[in-house]
Formats: sequence, C-alpha cells, structure tokens
Amino acid sequence: MVLAAESGLRLDLDIFDYLILVLYFGTVLGVGFAARRAIKTSADFFLSGRSLPAWVTGLAFVSANLGALEILGMAANGAQYGLLTLHYYWIGAVPAMVFLGIVMMPFYYGSKVRSVPEFLKRRFNKPTHIFNAISFAVAQVLIAGVNLFALALILDALLGWQLWVSILVGAAIVLTYITIGGLSSAIYNEVLQFFVILAGLIPLTIIGLVKVGGIDGLFEKVRQGPLGEAALHTWSNTGSSADNPLGANWIGILFGLGFVLSFGYWTTNFAEVQRALSAKNMNAARRTPIIAAFPKLLIPGVTVIPGLIAAVTITGLGAKEGDLQFNNAIPLLMEDLLPNGVLGIAVTGLLASFMAGMAANVSGFNTVFTYDIWQAYIKKGRSDDYYLRIGRWATVGGVIVGIGTAFIASGYGNIMEYIQQLFSLFNAPLFATFIVGMFWKRMTPWAGFWSLLLGFLASLTLYVAYLTDAITFNSALEQSFWGAGVAFVTAVVVAIAVTFFTPSKPDDELRGLVYGLGGTSNGTVVVSGEKVWWRNPVVLGTIAVVLALLLYIPVW
Amino acid sequence: MAENDQVDEKKLSAAARLFDVRRVIGGLFVVYGVIVTLIGLFDSQAEIDKAEGVRINLWMGIGMLVLGLLFLLWLRLNPPEPPDPSDIDEDRPPSH
Repeated sequence: MVLAAESGLRLDLDIFDYLILVLYFGTVLGVGFAARRAIKTSADFFLSGRSLPAWVTGLAFVSANLGALEILGMAANGAQYGLLTLHYYWIGAVPAMVFLGIVMMPFYYGSKVRSVPEFLKRRFNKPTHIFNAISFAVAQVLIAGVNLFALALILDALLGWQLWVSILVGAAIVLTYITIGGLSSAIYNEVLQFFVILAGLIPLTIIGLVKVGGIDGLFEKVRQGPLGEAALHTWSNTGSSADNPLGANWIGILFGLGFVLSFGYWTTNFAEVQRALSAKNMNAARRTPIIAAFPKLLIPGVTVIPGLIAAVTITGLGAKEGDLQFNNAIPLLMEDLLPNGVLGIAVTGLLASFMAGMAANVSGFNTVFTYDIWQAYIKKGRSDDYYLRIGRWATVGGVIVGIGTAFIASGYGNIMEYIQQLFSLFNAPLFATFIVGMFWKRMTPWAGFWSLLLGFLASLTLYVAYLTDAITFNSALEQSFWGAGVAFVTAVVVAIAVTFFTPSKPDDELRGLVYGLGGTSNGTVVVSGEKVWWRNPVVLGTIAVVLALLLYIPVW
Repeated sequence: MAENDQVDEKKLSAAARLFDVRRVIGGLFVVYGVIVTLIGLFDSQAEIDKAEGVRINLWMGIGMLVLGLLFLLWLRLNPPEPPDPSDIDEDRPPSH
C-alpha cells in the first residue's frame, strides 16, 4: 500500500484530465447541497430516512467496500498470488453477503435498531453495548485514517502534491460532503463513484489485455513467468499450503477466509450494514447485500486481471520498496497504458474510491458516536435537532481525528497488515458473539460481554506475541488468520461457559432479536411472501451463490 | 396526528426528489462522454500508440455517453414519484 514518498511515478495529467476531475468533485459537492435541503430529522441524516431503493443501497454497499484496500490491494494480490486472489471475492465475500441478506437482515432491520452496537444493547446489556460502541468508533477512525493516508499517497504520487497538503485537501472534501449531506449524500456519491471507478478500470483492463494478447496470451505469459501454472488455479493446488503462491491450504481458505474473516467482516461491520438499514423497506434491506454480491462477482475482472497483466508486463514488479512495489500495479499500468482523457477518468475513479472508503468509515463513526455513545450515556432525552447537530460535530471530530490517524498510518510500513490486524481484533470476536446470540436464546447478557471482551483479548494477545517474536508465523497474513480463528473460538467457548453461570433474559425481551422467537419476519416465511422472483432475497441469493460456484469452474 | 401525516408526506416528497441519483449519474456521464469522445476524435498517433493501437478515448467516450443517456432515459420513462404506500411494508421502522 505504501508508495514511496520520493516516488518517481508521475502521471502527466493535461487540462482535460483536470477538467474531468474538477467536474467530479463539483458534482459530489452539488449532491451534498441538494441532499441538505431534503434533511429534516436525525434519521434522515443518519439513515437517509430509510427511504432508498434497493439498487441504490446495493450499489452503495459494494462501493463502500471498494475503497483503497480493495482496488490497489487486490490488484497487488493479483500480481503476487495470481488467480488465488479470486477467493477474496467469491468464497470470501458472496456467501457472507447472501447470509447477511437472508438470515441476519430481518433481525437488524426488523428490530428497528439504528446501529450494530444498539442491537447488542437490546440482545445483551449495556456493558456489551459500551464496549462495542467504543471499539467500533476507535476502529472506524483508525481505518478512516488509513484511507485518508492512501488517498494522500495517490495525490502525492500521481499529481505531485505534498503529502500533508493531500491529506488536508482529501479530508476537507470528505468532510464537506458528509457534514452537509449526511448519509444520503455519502450513499449517493458511492453510487456515482461505483460507475466512475469502473469507467476508469475498464479501459485499463482492455488495453492491458490487447497488449498481452488477450486472456490466452496473458495466461500463457503467466505460465512461463515466475508465478507459473499454480497462479492460474484457484483450488486444484490447495491440497498443501506449499503448492500455491498464497501459502494457504483449502481448509484455511474455506474456514479462515470463507467463514471467520468473511462473515465477520460482511455481517457485523456497521459501515456496511448501515447501507442496508437505509433501505426503504424490509425487502429492500434484505436485497441490499445480495444485489451488491452481483457486481462483487465481476469486480475481480478489473482488479485481479490488471494485477496479473502488471505482473507479466512490468519488469521488476514486486520490489520491497520504491515505485515497483506490488501495491503500485494499477498506477504503474495507468502510467504505461492510458492516454489523456481516459487517464483523467481513471485518476478520478481512483481518488473517488479512497473517498468512498473514508466516507463510509466517517458516516459509520458519526452514527455510532451520536446514538450509541452520546445519546445513550452522555446527554439523554434531548431534541432530535440537538442530536442532528451533535452528528454534524461528530463528523467534524471524526475527520480531524482521521487526519491524526492518517499521520500515524504514514509511520507504518505496510498498511494492509495494519488493516487485517484491526479486522481480526474487532470483527472476528464480534461475529462469534453475534452468531451464538442470534441462534441461541439462552445465551445470557453477561455471556455477550465476556465473549466479546475475551475474544478481543485473545486476538490481541496473539498479535502481541507475534510482534515480540514469542510466536512465529510464516506471514502476517497467516498471523491474522490465526488471530481471527483464536478470537472466534475463544468468544464461542466463553459465550457458552458464562451462560451456565449467569441468568438469561426472558423470551419477551428477545422477541425480534433471536431466531425462532417470532416478533419479526424471519427467514422462514419469505419464500412465499414475494410475488416476483427478482425481488425475492432467497431466490436472488441462491443465484448469486450458484454464479460464484460456476465462475470457479474455468479457473479450477 | 394530522400534523404527523403532513410531515411524513413532506419527507416522502423530499426523499423522492433525492431519489434522482439517476439524473446525477446520467448528467455526469453524458458530460464525460462528450468530453472523452471529443478527445478521442482528435487523438494524436502517439496517444493511440500508447494505448496499444486501441482508440480507447473514442470507445470509452461513446460508451460513457450511451450509459449516461440510458440513465436519463430511465428517469424519463420512470419518473420519481412519492413512494407508493403499499410498497412500504409493515416492517418499516419509524424514522426515529
């Protein structure tokens, strides 16, 4: 992720490229002002008044994930690990997104909670709520800082701006449009960004493929290159972790990536779930992550494939530092292949993607800060206007702290490792607590708290042991997988154990929050509930999973 | 109660106005399409060579123009209306 500060990588933008860039940011700010006129209540600001159609929230859902790490990181992985990177998109995303839509969304949306921590408060107790609200808020501003830093690095490397100028300019733009327009503005811009990003990545992929002689030419070159045949298969060399570039076996891929990490990320990450909560009705909310799964299936075509193209066309790619790091695969290809015009589109798309990531973090942060920390524990019972105002100030605060954490992030050698650590610390135990709490009504409030806390501490302990060399792993990737696994198992064991020593909540308080108690529409009745198949979450979800399986066949 | 209904109605129409994300996408892509197509028409040989002989500006420009027009057409054929109350099921939570 780190581009060297003294990078010689430069894209020569001409006047038209800048025009394209300026038009984009003009539009983004215009949407903010237009959205502002429509905002009447704090729910409008935080949840877009729960009025958005499913295709809008669905594209926003996938776009909120299409941030810095996604585009540069996955192209880098494509260059480094070949087609094994596809696992991050297919097994590592689609099943979890479908599960979120079909099984979990009825609880989130139907229980009328405004945030993931609020769900925990109702299912468990206040200590669980406070712990999760604070750890979520901290994680969001840390990740916002990483996105801001990555945005600034791109501005610096591509346009020649100073790093600190880039950080401040990026922060100012994100702040303006979220403060003014709230979540509607963030979501609308995410939808817009989605198309601009694709319009930038598609020409890169087309020209790249022409250069290497199409897909066949590309695969032939990969086969003869240092990556070799193993990089062209997704499953067939995963019998042993030594036989493939990713260094993982199929059990690790299936359970580590496909289950703990993926379900932890997609189903409990409020920055994502929030997109679905702003949908206009239960069905639209359930379809949100499922609609998002379809573009997710195809996005590797414009990230992993360019990564492979970079691997075979750019000599020396894969250097430890400087311009030729894997993380620079996409910018290097842009420099190499794109003429002015589409270059402007691609730069705009890239900048837009970093802002999408940061905006998602900040809008997740301000909602949780306002509803779950300020309203719940600091100033209760004020007017709606008051909380709307606090929400705007929280956004300002979040961005300012994000600027600070961006400078912290700039001190790290590898941002990807930093991010994966955050996921294994926060998301893996949270997922375990959720999944047990949703399906086992006896799980007690204190079991929720202790499983979350001890799961987090277990992962933290492993990380500290790794940092101090008390335990060694082959790679940071392997460490984060183990961290997530240990956190998950610890949280599940603690949840079960503590339940036997503490009192449960009565069924009546759990209605709508726990599977099988009724009180909300749960997964069982929906199959017959929808008249047309393309609006049925179960049918759509099944199609998405089947497509993921089919896509695996040619690259088995 | 009557006042509540009024507020609700106002909010729905505001939401409906905002729903015009199609207009934003359509408008931006039409403008981008025109700019990039024009650049594509006047591309020098050096630029075409850089793109491996593909007239990428021309093609992407036309593609973006068409996408933009499609969004505007969609908006034209299916203009935003206040959401149909029957479209909103009982599970819809109160807005605050």
